[in-house]
Amino acid sequence: MVDSAMVLNGQTIAYTCYTIAIILVMVWFAIQVTKKGKGNPVKPAFFYTFVGMLVVLGVSLHIFTYNTIPWTEMDLHRGDYTPDRSFNIVVENHEFILPAEQLVAEVGDIVEFDVTSKDLTYGFGLFRQDNSMVLQMQVVPGHRNDILWKFLEPGVFTIRSTEYSGPKGIAMIVKDAVKIVPKTSE
Amino acid sequence: MSFFKTFMNGEQGLFKANSLTPMQKMVLRFIVVGLVFYAFAVIEGMIMRLVEIGPTDMVSNDQFFAILTAHPLVGIFGSTYATVFGAFLFLVPFLMKKPLWSIKMANWTWILIAFGTLLFWGAGFISHYSPLYTLYWPLPVDFEQFSVWGGTFFITGIAIVMVGSGLFVINVFKTITYTPEGWEKQPGGKLLGSALGTSGIANIFRKKKKQKDHLVPLPVAAIARGSVDVGLNVLIILFTGVLILVFMVAAILGHDLKDTAIDALLYKNWFWWGLDLIADGLVLIFVAGTWYLLATMITGKKLFMQNIARAALLVELVVSWTVWSHHLLADQSQPAILKVLSGEFVTAFELITQGLAFFIVLATLWAARPLKMTNPLKFLLGGLLGFALAVPAGIMQADVGLNRVLHNTQWIIGPHVHVAILIGLTMTLYSAIYILFPIVTNGAKLYSQKLANIHFWFHLLGGIGMGAFMGMAGLKGMLRRTLYVNGEFETLMILAAVSGALLLIAFLVFFYNIVMSLGLKGVIGIFIPAKLKTKDLIPAE
Repeated sequence: MVDSAMVLNGQTIAYTCYTIAIILVMVWFAIQVTKKGKGNPVKPAFFYTFVGMLVVLGVSLHIFTYNTIPWTEMDLHRGDYTPDRSFNIVVENHEFILPAEQLVAEVGDIVEFDVTSKDLTYGFGLFRQDNSMVLQMQVVPGHRNDILWKFLEPGVFTIRSTEYSGPKGIAMIVKDAVKIVPKTSE
Repeated sequence: MSFFKTFMNGEQGLFKANSLTPMQKMVLRFIVVGLVFYAFAVIEGMIMRLVEIGPTDMVSNDQFFAILTAHPLVGIFGSTYATVFGAFLFLVPFLMKKPLWSIKMANWTWILIAFGTLLFWGAGFISHYSPLYTLYWPLPVDFEQFSVWGGTFFITGIAIVMVGSGLFVINVFKTITYTPEGWEKQPGGKLLGSALGTSGIANIFRKKKKQKDHLVPLPVAAIARGSVDVGLNVLIILFTGVLILVFMVAAILGHDLKDTAIDALLYKNWFWWGLDLIADGLVLIFVAGTWYLLATMITGKKLFMQNIARAALLVELVVSWTVWSHHLLADQSQPAILKVLSGEFVTAFELITQGLAFFIVLATLWAARPLKMTNPLKFLLGGLLGFALAVPAGIMQADVGLNRVLHNTQWIIGPHVHVAILIGLTMTLYSAIYILFPIVTNGAKLYSQKLANIHFWFHLLGGIGMGAFMGMAGLKGMLRRTLYVNGEFETLMILAAVSGALLLIAFLVFFYNIVMSLGLKGVIGIFIPAKLKTKDLIPAE
């Protein structure tokens, strides 16, 4: 089951490996470029191979994530899905106004969060108890801000504004606002 | 020489401000302004790093967000624009082998940038006006949170910087195309075509024998193409500033204009299109052009694959007009087609254009080995490493799937933005400063090589460290543009602050080294009008 925590762990490993590799390459280059010896010109074929590799990397990253990160396809084709549960949330005057004290859904449900801003641009994010992020989106006034999410495990999540809306915005936190419970029926 | 004498007269008394040409004084004024505002930015950054560890009574929340608003603008406009514009206003005539079109206009450029930056910084400091550089509508006109007068002075300051930037653009293009007095008529149109790349495109459709030579050197082409983005950015920011000022003036006169008259998403697209001309346009183009120039100056050899390098600069310019949507991947009303095409795939071109520039520079250096590890070379390698780290980090966040858990986290501002600016851009600028130093000072000697080495290592390790720890916090869910009051990410923020302190020490060491090299009298003398009445770049032998 690929969830946002697993995606972030994968990214951490991939980027850390890359960082170490490129730093080592630059250290090696810095040592070699000052060493005695004849400076042979780099062959153009090497250059074109490198450019080709960049093209493949740049394009394949998005194809890879589209096919492996579960929410990507659903996000881009939201109109094709029917949510199992919808929550309409209003944001006004730096406050989240929820339809219930706690928003409850079941594991496996496709949940829709439809958030409307009455004044400023805000953000809407769900966070785990350890502060790690589950999802987020921007909340722009005068436009529909909806997101679909399939929860894979039970848990209790905090809502927090993920966009700056003035100094008052730092208090836009609703602790334990969303609860995902185990599925009760098949 | 005693410490006091060196402090007053510079290393061995070699720097004589009265021996400088007006051009040399002009470029040194830009660089002094740039360094002073870099000091502002790095001190502000350090304050924010400390507050991110835990709130303090010494900095209120309102003050923190005012600093957060001013910091990037002071860093980009007050510091980077000043340093880059000064260097380019010297290099364009140097490379074109003709005088600058207007030294007077160049001096007005630094004056306007310095005054405008001080004005918006002061307005933010006093009034705590803090809509951030993003200015998401309608936050800049939210007068329940912000002072309308503070905002008016803040936006006016930005507008003044933009006027100065516009003068830079005019001066660059006039210098490329004009005919100096007493010279044979210059082919202005053809020079402009070569600088912008249209003649290069025409060459593609000509037979090899009929292909025309490039009339302007490659670094001048880079400066011209980057200047196109500077000009477009000036128009966007000025227009947006006037729009905000209309609401502010109306409020001052007692009229409450409806902020709903502006569509927030359309405005966001418009403004990010303009902002991205800096981040994904002129910065990348100017940096690539500077790398090419530095590589050829350091090696004394031709650039590897220079025709491809020239073409890539044009591609980068076009790409910079079409990538803005990667900033709106978290906006659910943004059309999916824009997210995928502009946000993901066109943005991926930056991996190719910057990667290509990276390879070309390394190949040029490699062909000239063995090289001496001079200050320009080591800072150039640092700059290359900075972009090699920051560009892939940016490509990762410009992905619809990954952006869902990265947008507005410390990942964006750490491994991508700060590593790109502090390691990639700033180390490239330091390389340029070290290589231009003897040319623009008529042979002044650096006070201490040991201090230059400390500057290099502290800056490199501090910048990478800060980016890394901020990035780790971001991957654990820490947001940017907010405050955590319960010590949620304390350990990582302490480590980021220690890294930030290294950056601050590196700058202080560099600043001290430069002041001791030029002497206090020399630094003051830079701002006294030149005695030599010449348009030459350096004094005649």
